[in-house]
Amino acid sequence: MTAKSLAKSGRPRRLGYSYRRNLKERFIEAVLFLMAFASVAITLAIVAMLVKESYAFFQHVSIWDFLTDTQWTPLFDDAHYGILPLVSGTLVSSTVALLVAIPLGTIIAIYLSEFAPFAVREIAKPFLELLGGVPTIVYGYFALLFVTPLLQRIFPELPGFSLLSAGLVMGIMIIPYVSSLSEDAMRAVPMSMREGSYAMGATRFQTAIRVVMPAAYSGIAAAYILGISRAVGETMVVAVAAGMQPNLTWNPMEPAATITAYIVQVSLGDLPHGSIGYQTIFAAGLTLLLMTLIFNIIGHILRKRYREIY
Amino acid sequence: MQESIDLKGTLNQYKSEVRDLSFYYGDFNALKGINMVLHEKKVTALIGPSGCGKSTFLRCFNRMHDLYPGNRYVGDIILHPDNVNILASDVDPIEVRMRVSMVFQKPNPFPKSIYENVAYGLRVRGVRQRAILDEKVEEALRDAALWDEVKDRLNQLAFNLSGGQQQRLCIARALATDPEILLFDEPTSALDPIATASIEELITDLKDKVTILIVTHNMQQAARVSDFTAYMYLGELIEFGVTDTIFVKPKNKQTEDYITGRFG
Repeated sequence: MTAKSLAKSGRPRRLGYSYRRNLKERFIEAVLFLMAFASVAITLAIVAMLVKESYAFFQHVSIWDFLTDTQWTPLFDDAHYGILPLVSGTLVSSTVALLVAIPLGTIIAIYLSEFAPFAVREIAKPFLELLGGVPTIVYGYFALLFVTPLLQRIFPELPGFSLLSAGLVMGIMIIPYVSSLSEDAMRAVPMSMREGSYAMGATRFQTAIRVVMPAAYSGIAAAYILGISRAVGETMVVAVAAGMQPNLTWNPMEPAATITAYIVQVSLGDLPHGSIGYQTIFAAGLTLLLMTLIFNIIGHILRKRYREIY
Repeated sequence: MQESIDLKGTLNQYKSEVRDLSFYYGDFNALKGINMVLHEKKVTALIGPSGCGKSTFLRCFNRMHDLYPGNRYVGDIILHPDNVNILASDVDPIEVRMRVSMVFQKPNPFPKSIYENVAYGLRVRGVRQRAILDEKVEEALRDAALWDEVKDRLNQLAFNLSGGQQQRLCIARALATDPEILLFDEPTSALDPIATASIEELITDLKDKVTILIVTHNMQQAARVSDFTAYMYLGELIEFGVTDTIFVKPKNKQTEDYITGRFG
């Protein structure tokens, strides 16, 4: 309000304290805080539950046995509680998946961001994202009934369930996560930086590899980390196509169970609440959580270390 | 217009001749029949109000417009001594950019070390020998008056430099490949007065080595650094001549109005 209109109204403006406005602001702030807090609280609750049940599990089984025993047979009479076979299954299937998803996803992102004409990108991107919308159970049967027989033509000795087949399909499933996020990161690189590169006589490819990718490093790293988390946590594809037998192996041509596949298998059974079999679910779940947590921390460190400022 | 007498009275050569150049962004006619020359190893300034097409004109010299669809050149920019029209469709824009370098309005270093920023142009040309790279990087940084400030931290990220240093780094980057023409697109508009002064000094020093074309919003800057000045308005070249003449006795009323600040 200007001095003139102030004069018109005939009375000086109040410089006091608006109780109503203040209350409203505080209310809104409280609601926003509660919503933000809810997600943190739920995460903490999940961790607390996992830790509590796992604690009960580790009353029966020593952490040393859990980490070093090479067999996982919690439901057999001769019970062994070594998580290694499940970890190996998870790591092998995830590695296969990432060997597919990271190179392909990155190449697709480079193409869409730096090479594709506008029309191609507008059509290709939604289709690609559709890949991420296919239910994972469909991928599982795709792996089991289509990819495995196909692979068996190349490798006749490949069993009906294998980490290779599950991993490959999981890789295809993860491609859109990697490519979409990487592409967003690359497109966010300012045009002025690309122009700087072109002005030096660089080709499109040189610009993409030497300037745009390093500039988008943190976003691309985030995409990779998300891909890794997806691969490690993926359940249906491995449960359906990799077999459910815990098997300590680093060979992708063998069937094996992953942590997630084991949890599915056991959760579906009728284990009595509080039994040791029941508690293994939580111990396995905690292991999985810690694995993804480690990957996320690595990703966070990488992002922080190489954060680019424009 | 074949040759002209420069300020000291010696005869100088044309580095480039612009003949009937028009440029279109889609349907929009941004440059209209421009005829002009760039004198070898001289500084030519392009002045004019915003939107007059001076940056568009500058960016024709390294075919920057080829990066975006729908752009069209009509007419010739002849590059000497080759006597080749660099706008011809059979001339590879990358070849043009190998010989015509550019410094942008905002410093745009790459997310690399100081050393790698300067070495970039050489690397994309396939230079791998460390000795050559080291030598060229040092020479370019010295030419850009940046060497003494960065020689002990060549491996640090270029983003750690100040704005003025970043712009001098971009100049070093452009110089490292020994360009024949150096284009400056308002190189000091994002810098403070001290950094601006150092860049202007640099431009004056560089003209022994390279032909310079500079777009500037700042008329004092054009008067300070350039030997020739072109005044543009609405995509047309209104007046072109020796800077001292343009600023003291412009032939055209419009130029005079702009220079004296009555317009623009």
